[in-house]
Amino acid sequence: MTAFLGQVGRELRLALRQSADLAMVVLFFALVAALFPFAVGPEPNLLMRLAPGVIWVSALLSVLLSLERLFLADYEDGTLELLVIGPQPLELVVLAKTLAHWLTAALPLVAAAPVVSVLYNLSAEAAGWLMLALALGTPSLSLVGAVGAALALGARRGGVLIPIIVLPLYVPTLIFGVMASEAALAGLSAKPYLLFLGAILLLMLFVAPLAAAAGLRHSME
Amino acid sequence: MPELVGRDLECRRGGRVVFRDLSFALDAGAALIVTGPNGSGKSSLLKILAGLIRPSAGTLLRDGHPVEEDRAAYLRVICYLGHTDALKLVLTVQENLAFWNRTNDPARPAQALDVLGMAAFADLPARLLSAGQRRRLALARVLVSAAPMWILDEPTVGLDDQARQALSEVLAAHRAEGGSLVLSTHQAVDLPAAERLDLKAFAVEELPEMVW
Repeated sequence: MTAFLGQVGRELRLALRQSADLAMVVLFFALVAALFPFAVGPEPNLLMRLAPGVIWVSALLSVLLSLERLFLADYEDGTLELLVIGPQPLELVVLAKTLAHWLTAALPLVAAAPVVSVLYNLSAEAAGWLMLALALGTPSLSLVGAVGAALALGARRGGVLIPIIVLPLYVPTLIFGVMASEAALAGLSAKPYLLFLGAILLLMLFVAPLAAAAGLRHSME
Repeated sequence: MPELVGRDLECRRGGRVVFRDLSFALDAGAALIVTGPNGSGKSSLLKILAGLIRPSAGTLLRDGHPVEEDRAAYLRVICYLGHTDALKLVLTVQENLAFWNRTNDPARPAQALDVLGMAAFADLPARLLSAGQRRRLALARVLVSAAPMWILDEPTVGLDDQARQALSEVLAAHRAEGGSLVLSTHQAVDLPAAERLDLKAFAVEELPEMVW
């Protein structure tokens, strides 16, 4: 457990020392989401209808943007070799790195969502449901992303490969995330969709570390 | 009984057989120097010993048992230093080293830095270090590993005479405590009673002529 927390702490420290990378992810999210109202026009009802979908897609693309650095730096500087043969189970190392990725790349997006939703004329309540859906959905994005990032290691132009591997697997999270936010907007219960997001997260918590660790081991060959 | 035995090891990289029928034995407290021309498979052999890649044929035995039977136990007794220094350039020297400390002794990293003449740089970010200093820091990680078997891939690259001298002393002390080591090198190293393994003898095909 201490080793797990030590790994998370180290990853967080590394991310904070390179905080320009972090700022870029949030900035990208805010810019994409802020451009839509200008493009679509100032029609409040239309914007409100678009908000969940646009904000979710912006969040998804921002997460995608940050995936490559998840394992690539460790792969290139040799740290990954040591982690693969280290005393910690590689699955736990993957989980620690993914948790750090979520905290540094996805959680800021959840926090920025209410700010962005002002541009879409969303009520405070609707923005709250959107945040909740994002908070429950983005960990799955990080976990699936870890699998893609691990598989793309060693391939030339891995950064191009990751979206191709990962995007199809993001679709269920995207659908249920948007539906949860839309239901809340229409005054219906968002609970069933949030439960689906939770189920996807539980499944990914189990499957993704195993798959990503296998990918990392394979990249050593 | 020798601590580590390799029996008829064969290594293939990218379809090419790098070496074949390679056997060796390493006792506790002994040292094995792996030599050979570029591309003869020194790093591949060391990666096999480190558990990073598997030999395409042959077995590796520790205390008489195949390593594959209990990989986790084997990986606990080894420490591997590769070509890369595995440093995070934005972390300080001390932060880099503390993460790899497996000795339960928080003072140990500072001692290791001292032995290798790096104590004065403890609070410096690793990106400010020279190539030789980075190599020293990578070696300090081996010192805090608490592993009895060291596998070092060209540990002397980039080191000055003084650091090489310090390294010889460190290696001698490690062997005096009953630790064993395997290292590959192109340079002459000062290791008393070390066995040599020349990979030229196990090459299968003619090495391609180097054209410069």
